Amino acid sequence: MTIAGRRLTPWAAFWLAAAIASFFLAAHGASMTAAIDAGWAMQYPAAWRWPLNAQISAAMKWLVEEVHFHFFTFTEMTRGLAWLLKQPYDFIRSLLVGGFVRGLGRDAVQLLPSLSWLAVVFIVAAMGYYARSWRLALLVAGCFLYLAVFGKWNSAMVTLSSILIAVPLGVVGGLLLGIAGYRWRPFDRVLTPALDLMQTVPIFAYLVPILFLFGFGPVSALIATVIYAMPPMVRVTTLAMRAVPSEIRDFAVMVGCSRRQMTWKVLVPAATPSLMVGVNQVIMLSLNMVIIASMIGAGGLGFEVLSSLRRLDIGAGLEAGIAIVVLAIALDRLSQAFAQRSGYRHSESSNYLTRHPWLVTTALVVLGTGLAGLFVPALQDYPASATVTTAPFWSDLVRSINIAFFDQFEAAKVFMLVNILMPVKRFMLALPWPWLVLLATIAGWQLGGWRLATLCLGLSVFIAVNGLWELAMVTIYLCGISVAIAAMIGIPLGILATENAHAQRIVGAIIDTLQTLPSFVYLIPVVMLFRVGDFAAMIAVILYALAPAVRYTAHGIRNIDPQLIEAGIVSGCTRRQLLWRIKMPLAMPEIMLGINQTIMLALSMLVITALVGTRDLGQEVYIALTKADVGRGLVAGAAIAFIAIIADRLISAGAARTRQRLGLA
Amino acid sequence: MSEKPVKLACRNLWKLFGDGAARFVARHGAGADAAAIQAAGLIGAVRNVNIDVRQDEIFVIMGLSGSGKSTLVRCLSRLIEPTSGQILFDGRDLLRASTREMIEIRRHKMGMVFQHFALLPHLNVLQNVAFPLEVQGVPRDKREARAREIIELVGLGGRESYFPRELSGGQQQRVGIARSLAVEPDIWFLDEPFSALDPLIRREMQDEFLRLQNMLHKTIVFITHDFDEAIRLADRIAIMKDGEMVQVATPEELVLNPATDYVAEFTRDVSRAKVLSAGSVMGPVLRESETAGTVSQRARVAQIAHQVEAADKPFAVVDAEGRIVGSIDRRRVVNVLIGRDAGA
Repeated sequence: MTIAGRRLTPWAAFWLAAAIASFFLAAHGASMTAAIDAGWAMQYPAAWRWPLNAQISAAMKWLVEEVHFHFFTFTEMTRGLAWLLKQPYDFIRSLLVGGFVRGLGRDAVQLLPSLSWLAVVFIVAAMGYYARSWRLALLVAGCFLYLAVFGKWNSAMVTLSSILIAVPLGVVGGLLLGIAGYRWRPFDRVLTPALDLMQTVPIFAYLVPILFLFGFGPVSALIATVIYAMPPMVRVTTLAMRAVPSEIRDFAVMVGCSRRQMTWKVLVPAATPSLMVGVNQVIMLSLNMVIIASMIGAGGLGFEVLSSLRRLDIGAGLEAGIAIVVLAIALDRLSQAFAQRSGYRHSESSNYLTRHPWLVTTALVVLGTGLAGLFVPALQDYPASATVTTAPFWSDLVRSINIAFFDQFEAAKVFMLVNILMPVKRFMLALPWPWLVLLATIAGWQLGGWRLATLCLGLSVFIAVNGLWELAMVTIYLCGISVAIAAMIGIPLGILATENAHAQRIVGAIIDTLQTLPSFVYLIPVVMLFRVGDFAAMIAVILYALAPAVRYTAHGIRNIDPQLIEAGIVSGCTRRQLLWRIKMPLAMPEIMLGINQTIMLALSMLVITALVGTRDLGQEVYIALTKADVGRGLVAGAAIAFIAIIADRLISAGAARTRQRLGLA
Repeated sequence: MSEKPVKLACRNLWKLFGDGAARFVARHGAGADAAAIQAAGLIGAVRNVNIDVRQDEIFVIMGLSGSGKSTLVRCLSRLIEPTSGQILFDGRDLLRASTREMIEIRRHKMGMVFQHFALLPHLNVLQNVAFPLEVQGVPRDKREARAREIIELVGLGGRESYFPRELSGGQQQRVGIARSLAVEPDIWFLDEPFSALDPLIRREMQDEFLRLQNMLHKTIVFITHDFDEAIRLADRIAIMKDGEMVQVATPEELVLNPATDYVAEFTRDVSRAKVLSAGSVMGPVLRESETAGTVSQRARVAQIAHQVEAADKPFAVVDAEGRIVGSIDRRRVVNVLIGRDAGA
């Protein structure tokens, strides 16, 4: 600790020296290592590489082509599983779009029409009213009407049907895994790192193995979506079960509950409000996957965005992107309303019809519009002649912005590239890899003892050994700059949000919107305005990763014991002193966790920005995807995951220490 | 006084938290003192406790927070596994019962009320009260009929379809009480049932509790940190400190003969007139012509104070059979009321 900013502690002195040494090494490292014939320290020699990616690819090939269990092959098993998943998916999809048909192609006979657009709009509106209020009902109905009016109905319903399958699977799977983790400690110890990996390995990396195992199509997309969306549900479940008051658990034991009764009659129902938070997360993450999933055959809105992005048809892409956002907003608000529903109120009536007016009315509307739709097609399918498209408007707008502000955008871009991005990138690449491995290990030792040190050492050496060091440095540099800028914008915004109620509302709304947008959507305007390259990637990453920095800062400041703030005011602090002497130090652990989340989001976004031409690990994963190279994708994905894990563990350990020092633990 | 049979007892009961607790108790036996426990890096929550709870009595375990009273009651119900000792329920050692047997015993013979009510938020009053029966597999109409009966008994009739969050704290605890009585338990544990309530409600609930006990005659283990509550409700009080039993006695004995300074500290500010009985402060037997009337030996001084003070002559004190065993006069009553030492 510094005393009045003058004396350095040994650790601070060490890191100062390390920074100076780093600059020295960056400048002279190459010539020095050349002098002592240690070129391996600058560039990891190809001869020392561990061919893990080839090994994984070979293993995958063997799994797909060779393995069989007496009666059936491994591939047959996975394809069977895919068939099983396809059945409910086909059912829902027929229900929402296309109707139930027998036969194929020309011979197809429609047995039953799908739900009419009016029926679907009415159902979601009724759910909105049931969950909260008329206002929510109007909002949700408006969102769905938007989809119809702007001609996105069919795509949106395809997307919705995969969400409707993926979400229950993710929720039930997450619930069961979470309960298993709660009931059985050893399982929890295996589960936690597995979840860490699932959440940090970029999605692109496991698309290829899924393709191999389950084939191209909506089912593979479903599986990828479930894998991506399930981990938070597992975590929420375990936490929610642990948070059930111990008295309730004691009570269940005292009335003689069996283990099964304990879980299903007591713990799960008592934890339901918290579990609903997990359900909301699963929904949002599933929507986040919509575009990526369309790369392996999900179709729907995601496919529209992806194909327009490939055509650089900005208008159409933006329109489809907005449709995803609209769908996301509707589902998010709806599921949040269900989660927060005041619930558990008694009702005097005993009559089924009067107790469930909405269920009855909705059934009537569904039947009514279904029948009427047979005679009036406009009631069944929204008439194409009445749709509106805004695509040309967006294209023109972008064109005119680009024409009007080209010089300014270009100037900003060049300035950032020349003065910040390039120097940092050069610096990172000029550092010898053993030096950085050493620093990471020492940081681990300082913050978390030998265990964390071993972890940092092992994971960073893994990256070097697999020959990914340089790509990893590019990832770290892009991520580092984006996070630094996101923090510089986000922390002040978070502080602002706590200072006055008006700002809080505006900032809250912005953050909510930013978090509802699927990561891909950020690419569209960025590509429109800045075209491709590191700068465009950086802007997209900052936008995507901004939210947690704001949210955690505001949360940290709001959670400070009001008495401490009063103590500050009574001692005559000015507002500035209050902020710097009391609020910031006490909120620091929380802010660090926010930065941690920002890093995680930035890393996941970096993989997606590979589409706009970065040259980092994300690009490596993306190339592997296009070449269907399982090993290459997984190893590069693991390298990204390991960077995320190192950052996460170091920051969490640092936050825990700070919290302990402040006596907040 | 004829003594009822012992319903629940514990012998040499230990609960130590920390690694190697069982080995520690095996090695040291009953002789382990606080210093040795601390030196071994353990926390002694319950230390060598022996108690006998008799049939139909209200046995109050009183102690400040951290005294181990909550751990003790959780050991008695085996919610927490004791480190060593015996728990005898109707003469049978509970610690030897299998998980299966414990479930059966809990389902049919035990009831428990919790400090923070522990109501299930997703069930309404009726379902909450019927829950213990549901767990046993009692058919719906039967368990709901029984639940309605008890809800009526605790004065919540008409609220059957309310959910816990729609009720006040006092009402919630009535539900908790009703629920614990649904299975007609042989032994009734109450873990600080009224501590989370406001003082006025607490008093009302204590009266309600006594009213129920007068009707039901349960064997009760009642935990509290409030000495006044203990005095008001208890047939016998066990005072705990640092995991040990300091004294087990009737409220009156505690006030008259506190075993240690610690107990005396509690009893000092107690309103003695409400605790001491006429029998414990009476004087010699007088001739009938010298007395104004009779009072029961067991009557509290506070109950007879007005009567004795208003009369010119002393009152004769009689036992349960009506025999005269002593007398009580104004002076003796006033001594108690103003807290003057009886001998002075």
